[in-house]
Amino acid sequence: MEKEKIIKVESLDFFYGKFQALINVNLRVEKNQITALIGPSGCGKSTFLRCLNRMNDLIDGIRISGSIQIEGKEILDSQIDLVTLRKKVGMVFQRPNPFPLSVFENIAFGPRVHRLARGEELESIVRHSLESVLLWDELKDTLNKNALSLTLEQQQRLCIARLVAVKPEVLLMDEPCSTLDPMATLKIEELMRILKKDFTILIVTHNMQQAARVSDFTGFFLMGELIEFDATSSIFTAPGDKRTEEYITGRFG
Amino acid sequence: MRRKLFERFVERAIFLSGIAAVILVVLIFVFLLKESIAFFSQVNFFTTLFNKDWYPISEPPKFGFLPLILGSVFVTFGAIVIAVPFGVAAAIYISEVAPSRIKDILKTGIELLAAIPSIVLGFIGIVALAPLIKYVFRLPSGLTALAGSIMLAFMAMPTIVSIVEDALTSVPKSYKEGSLALGATHWQTIRRVILPAAFPGIVAAVMLGIGRVIGETMAVLMITGNAAILPHSLLQPVRTLTATIAAEMGEVIQGSLHYYSLFGIGFVLFVITFFINLMADMFLHRKRF
Repeated sequence: MEKEKIIKVESLDFFYGKFQALINVNLRVEKNQITALIGPSGCGKSTFLRCLNRMNDLIDGIRISGSIQIEGKEILDSQIDLVTLRKKVGMVFQRPNPFPLSVFENIAFGPRVHRLARGEELESIVRHSLESVLLWDELKDTLNKNALSLTLEQQQRLCIARLVAVKPEVLLMDEPCSTLDPMATLKIEELMRILKKDFTILIVTHNMQQAARVSDFTGFFLMGELIEFDATSSIFTAPGDKRTEEYITGRFG
Repeated sequence: MRRKLFERFVERAIFLSGIAAVILVVLIFVFLLKESIAFFSQVNFFTTLFNKDWYPISEPPKFGFLPLILGSVFVTFGAIVIAVPFGVAAAIYISEVAPSRIKDILKTGIELLAAIPSIVLGFIGIVALAPLIKYVFRLPSGLTALAGSIMLAFMAMPTIVSIVEDALTSVPKSYKEGSLALGATHWQTIRRVILPAAFPGIVAAVMLGIGRVIGETMAVLMITGNAAILPHSLLQPVRTLTATIAAEMGEVIQGSLHYYSLFGIGFVLFVITFFINLMADMFLHRKRF
């Protein structure tokens, strides 16, 4: 039986003004798997990721065509409710960006704006979210501490916990480890493997080893095109395209 | 060798220009202090501060600062209550909502507002605002604390808008992105993330606004009615500290106690504005999270 595809992208084109950043991208993402997007700088992988929660809408002068369906719903439809979409499709950024509030308030932010819970229920969401990113034991006594005083790794975990609190389906991670040291990076990767039980994860990374270590599927982007998309094991052992092979063997990029 | 001498010369020249402002402030303070000591040595400092009668040319003269201080407080309070909500709202609109063309127009407009001489605002207050207040509230005269507050609110707005706008713009974009990516609406993002992050800057803006208003003289002299009585509401005529000095300095006998009392008022005003500016500075330079 074929696994459920949670995201279906068909003939996606994306323009910044006159520049075409994505060219006819077609891709299907399996539920509860980790999908890595790799490629050299400027290849469009981050732009692609930001299409999935419509974060690109913040930029002036963009144009997008094609189709992106998430759980069967067309998200490029101009009528779609961005609040619902972004609640369902959360994003972790390159630099940890906790709000300048307490640890508790950071996690409570999402449930509060979506009116999911209050009082004790909210406290249990905060606890559960911190537990799910393995931060609860470290921070349970300092929930009122300013989130900016945490280490970068803790901050990034907190940002993930902040998403978990609104119970999304998909987690988009835009180079989530690029500001972290190797040890912290390994810990976040470990966390991703745990989180994939509950979430579908897409990760953009510069680091090919990371893609190889952590992902189930890998897509290789080059100059706005999705050159190859396959199970990670096949991409890294038997790439179908010469350009993919050259990239993963470090010939360029 | 000549180059080195020149460098030293330039360094000294810049140093002198830099230090001149500080020296000037100290000199002004010393001068004010010296002249007002001549006053405060002859009256009791605290009874003067809290005495409610200001009759400097009656016999015997009474030098109570309280009506003047309250006059300034009433006008300033009214102006800030009006200017802060409008100013903060305008700043939010400019930094978060307005398309760039409207943003430019608004910013230029607000800068122009700052450039209007206060006497012009006072003039407009007399011919346009005071009759309106008189009509709306059915008062014998429209020249009241409220008229002063409204005009001064216009003068405080540019300061408040530009500082709050700076504070809002300097909130890192990543906070905004993080909030939007969590599905918060634009307004939720502004209210729950951007405003709290910009809070120190907003407080500083309010402080500087107060400083600007409390020191303003010409407009209040023209439109507050200038009655040195204890005010009970914004709908009464008042007289501020500044207006008192401006109105009486011209006719006072030099060297008289009345003359020195005006320096006493100046000293009180200096201390008030000094502390307001100090607080604003503390908030502006408080370490951002």
